[in-house]
Amino acid sequence: MTDADLKQTDLHEVHVSSGAKMVPFGGWSMPVQYASILDEARRVREHVGLFDLGHMGRLEVTGPDATRFLDSVVTSFVGKIPVGAIRYGLVCAEDGGPLDDLLLYKSSDENIFVVANASNCATVLAWLHDHVGSHDVTITDRSDELAMLALQGPKSQDALQPLVEGKDLGEVGYYKFTFATVCGIPDVRISRTGYTGEDGFELYFPSAESVRVWNALIEAGAAHGLAPIGLGARDTLRLEAGMPLYGHEIDREHNPVEAGLNFGISFKEEKGDWIGRAALAAVKESPKRKLVGITTEGKRVPREGYLLFDGDREVGHICSGAVSPTINTNIGSAYLPVELAVAGQTIDMDIRGKRQQCVVCDLPFYSRTRK
Amino acid sequence: MRPDDRKYLDSHEWAKLEGDLIVVGITDFAVEELSNGNEGDLVYCDLPDVGREVDQGETFGEIESVKAVSDLNAPVGGEIVEVNADMMEHLETLAEDPWKKGWLIKIKPTDPSMDHLLGAEAYEQQITADH
Repeated sequence: MTDADLKQTDLHEVHVSSGAKMVPFGGWSMPVQYASILDEARRVREHVGLFDLGHMGRLEVTGPDATRFLDSVVTSFVGKIPVGAIRYGLVCAEDGGPLDDLLLYKSSDENIFVVANASNCATVLAWLHDHVGSHDVTITDRSDELAMLALQGPKSQDALQPLVEGKDLGEVGYYKFTFATVCGIPDVRISRTGYTGEDGFELYFPSAESVRVWNALIEAGAAHGLAPIGLGARDTLRLEAGMPLYGHEIDREHNPVEAGLNFGISFKEEKGDWIGRAALAAVKESPKRKLVGITTEGKRVPREGYLLFDGDREVGHICSGAVSPTINTNIGSAYLPVELAVAGQTIDMDIRGKRQQCVVCDLPFYSRTRK
Repeated sequence: MRPDDRKYLDSHEWAKLEGDLIVVGITDFAVEELSNGNEGDLVYCDLPDVGREVDQGETFGEIESVKAVSDLNAPVGGEIVEVNADMMEHLETLAEDPWKKGWLIKIKPTDPSMDHLLGAEAYEQQITADH
């Protein structure tokens, strides 16, 4: 794919003119960094950062059977999501291999808003259409018409509140959402969610308003230390927080049970059968490997694909790696056989022909509520 | 325009003849690509032991930033006779002065000819064409 084939969000010119380095990501040209990746990650942990997430897939599933239908194709128990709440779930194939992971926003049993990854949106859309069967639902792709911005960091509420009319953001709980007027735009979807491990919000509104809202947030947030943050720091932050990224920790070959995502999987009978249930139930019964964190003493950074060894035996590879400014060491994620997936276990990482000792730890590396 | 007192590799190393030795470093463009203007984003530099023989084009070391690892390639073949060991602990020097203080290794070349390398103008054209 050449750069000319990459899609651009409505904020592309704003990113370029503020000096962002643009990279291809999931078929889109997106900002990887505006300044130093490490400084951007620190800013989100200490203050607040603004992210353009216009590349994400946004779908709406509506109709009398919306909840029943989604319960037949996603791992989480959609019927049990309270109205106004959000849950994490995955769409899996029969063999339990995920096609994508999602956030599900329930406005009512008949109206559920779904956020998918940019690179998987078309796959998810086609999969949902293929499995509608006799369910009375309408599936609509809202990706092109909606902007998506995230404010992440302890000062997120302070930065956003002045632009919100008639709604106290303090009343929006974690993984809850509401609709309010933002920058004069009515019915902006505001959720207390994110992908950094910090408090924060995600906003959805008509994409034509992207530049105006972005600039208003930059201006209103300045006093709170707000700055735009690229995908580089976003990747570091989500890895520190132990959050999986499709294509790295999870993909068709890496199931959500071994990835430790059981909070997003329901085997309850009331949910009914769903695609992948039997396969994942079998994995849960006897998992072979487990997703863990690793830290290294040396300066070398774990990188995706580096092989891991227990003595001479190859036991896994790095899924994601980063320099962690928050815990001040180099971190990675990896699947290891269950007998080695124990905190404190040492293993060797092969860095381009050289061995480096690593220590296994439980995920996440960082939790704001469990410091 | 980059200094024209030396030659360049398309992989962004420079080579400068000093006496009978060839001094090797990386260009400001390489540093910028690795660190995006943030010297703190450079995390690691691995340089070879003095006495190692390298072939022309062979990888003699690695430099790593927050984002990625890049190979360091020898512009000429020969024996590595000196290594800028300070560099491994002070990567900020690379950002401050990649042309002089930020040198990486000195090679005693088997053949001192650098005709196969790019001149400053050709290197300039190449990085402009790439970006």
